[in-house]
Amino acid sequence: MAELTYRDAVARGIAQEMERDEDVVFLGEDVAAAGGVFKATLGLLDQFGPKRVIDTPISEQAILGAAMGAAMTGLKPIAEIMFADFLAVCYDYIANELPKARYMTNGQVSCPLVIRFGGGGGLRFGAQHSQTVENWCMQFPGLKVVSPSSPVDVIGLMAAAVRDPDPVMFMEHKALYAIKGEVPDGEIVDTLGTAKILRQGTDCTIVALGLMVHRALAAAERLAAEFGISAEVIDVRSLIPLDTQTILGSVAKTGRVFTVEENPRVLGWGAEIVSIIADEAFYDLDGPPVRITNPHIPLPAADMLEDMVIPSVDRVVETIRRSMAA
Amino acid sequence: MARKPGRSTAVATAVPANDDIGEAKRLEMYRLQVVIREAEQRANDLFFQNLIKGTSHLSLGQEAIASGVAAAMQPNDKTFCTYRGHAHTLARGVPVEQVLGELMGRDNGLMRGKGGSMHLTSVDHGVMGSYAIIGAHLPLACGSAWRAQYKGQDDVTVVFFGDGTTNIGAFHEALNWAVVYKLPVVFVCENNLYMEYTLTTEITAVKHPAADRAAAYGLPRIIIDGNDADAVYRTMQEAFAKARAGEGPSLVEALTYRHSGHSRADPAKYRPEGELEEWKKRDPLKIYRERLRQFGVPDSQIEAIDAEVKKIVDDATEACKAAPTTSTDVLFTDVYADGGWAWRN
Repeated sequence: MAELTYRDAVARGIAQEMERDEDVVFLGEDVAAAGGVFKATLGLLDQFGPKRVIDTPISEQAILGAAMGAAMTGLKPIAEIMFADFLAVCYDYIANELPKARYMTNGQVSCPLVIRFGGGGGLRFGAQHSQTVENWCMQFPGLKVVSPSSPVDVIGLMAAAVRDPDPVMFMEHKALYAIKGEVPDGEIVDTLGTAKILRQGTDCTIVALGLMVHRALAAAERLAAEFGISAEVIDVRSLIPLDTQTILGSVAKTGRVFTVEENPRVLGWGAEIVSIIADEAFYDLDGPPVRITNPHIPLPAADMLEDMVIPSVDRVVETIRRSMAA
Repeated sequence: MARKPGRSTAVATAVPANDDIGEAKRLEMYRLQVVIREAEQRANDLFFQNLIKGTSHLSLGQEAIASGVAAAMQPNDKTFCTYRGHAHTLARGVPVEQVLGELMGRDNGLMRGKGGSMHLTSVDHGVMGSYAIIGAHLPLACGSAWRAQYKGQDDVTVVFFGDGTTNIGAFHEALNWAVVYKLPVVFVCENNLYMEYTLTTEITAVKHPAADRAAAYGLPRIIIDGNDADAVYRTMQEAFAKARAGEGPSLVEALTYRHSGHSRADPAKYRPEGELEEWKKRDPLKIYRERLRQFGVPDSQIEAIDAEVKKIVDDATEACKAAPTTSTDVLFTDVYADGGWAWRN
């Protein structure tokens, strides 16, 4: 057992898979010699050499296209898109190419690859370098979408993503790179499509992802201490496949559900979860499902403005307290 | 300046039997061109009988490129096509019946109706797919070539695209990429003069949309007669040899002309009067029949090939008409690698 940062966990997760399988290669802008702009891939070039750890031009379409072409003919690439926001530059591969190749060819083509990218706000980078983009990835049948909230999950989910025969969108949260967590020694392999209950509770369920998991946990502590509300906190981790059973099971127990989403309001992943609950667990509910999200506006850069947009611990506590009291 | 057609044309003319291409390869290329011509014409006819729905982009008039390239390929080489991809798919030996069946939405279709005209794929034949988003498949071809380089495999990847593709970003990203990493990939631009409904030269900064950009990527400027399968074949042999020797990519601009419109919906009225007729004088099949005669192939042998191919296309058509429509069993299969479509538990 060792304490590891989320940032170092990225490199360890990739290294674990590259050591295991020669077909795993890693490419992206500034990922090799510089070790990544977030220093999350330091050491990989030294360990695996320039044939397997590749600095690319600023050509996001070519990065994803080459990764896909290599995947469909026998490699298992991990491709980095530096900032999540840049997925828009190469969206064709996410929207039209990767998710549809297997289906359109009636199963002839397989694209086993991982696209990892740093998303999320809190770093004052403004509207084009701060978005969480999991919602951009969820709507295409054929993709899988995961986002770890802890160092151990970074490694385990990375391993699961690399070993998965389908294309996996792997969103890291930039504001989490510096956090530390306990990580067991040896190989770590997790399972896609599994949510984790991080805190047991009886009065309400909070469903969160990425950075919001940490805020949900902090809010749950305050709800208990200040208001006697016992909140269960679920880290969704995997949006596609979605572990609805864990979420529905929790809601059946607590009767209330809140989603905490770091994304603009409209069509967020929480809306899908709430709709599933409304369909399948309506009679378990003791009150309305509530989504706690960014307002439907672009992210501002200034710290005090950005803090007003992304759900804070205060806002989560206050929203849940008021809703539970109503 | 157009490249000279080949390294030994003069010798070939003088001593036909011993020229660098040879009769067997020429007969193969002729046959491929006839297969494409007949199958494309049949696809057109089936549209007008409402037996093919949706859209379709034919390669009538462009047969020499697909055929000349395919004839120079080894079985393990890879092809990436565009939505105008019937020709390149057929040229790699995919059966006509499976192609027409896919166009007709029948159970005998290449992808059992799940892809359609614009997405023909036959991995077993090295046809890694047909892509309907302009430019998307050029980076894919780089990836395929990268895999070959990485694994030390000797196959070459060929990617076809039209003149219109040269104005989209992925074209430029892919060329830079292929040169930087010295990949065994051959970029084949089929310049049929029209980007959909617009004359390409009117909306392109240079006269030759692919070849005039080659210098920007440190590549030689190669322009060939795309209606002459021999010229295509010879150029490809050089490009493949370069790729297999680890000397990197080639970019070839093949001049041609499509006899039909951009797609089913396009009667091609934007063309000046007489242009089509002029190009039909240089119809690739006409050129190639002459070539065969020049090398002493008797008309009876040419006619036998024509008849054999026509029968294949006729039989394929009847088989497709008789085939059941695609089974609904496939509707929910192969979204994910487990064979199904489950996105939640």
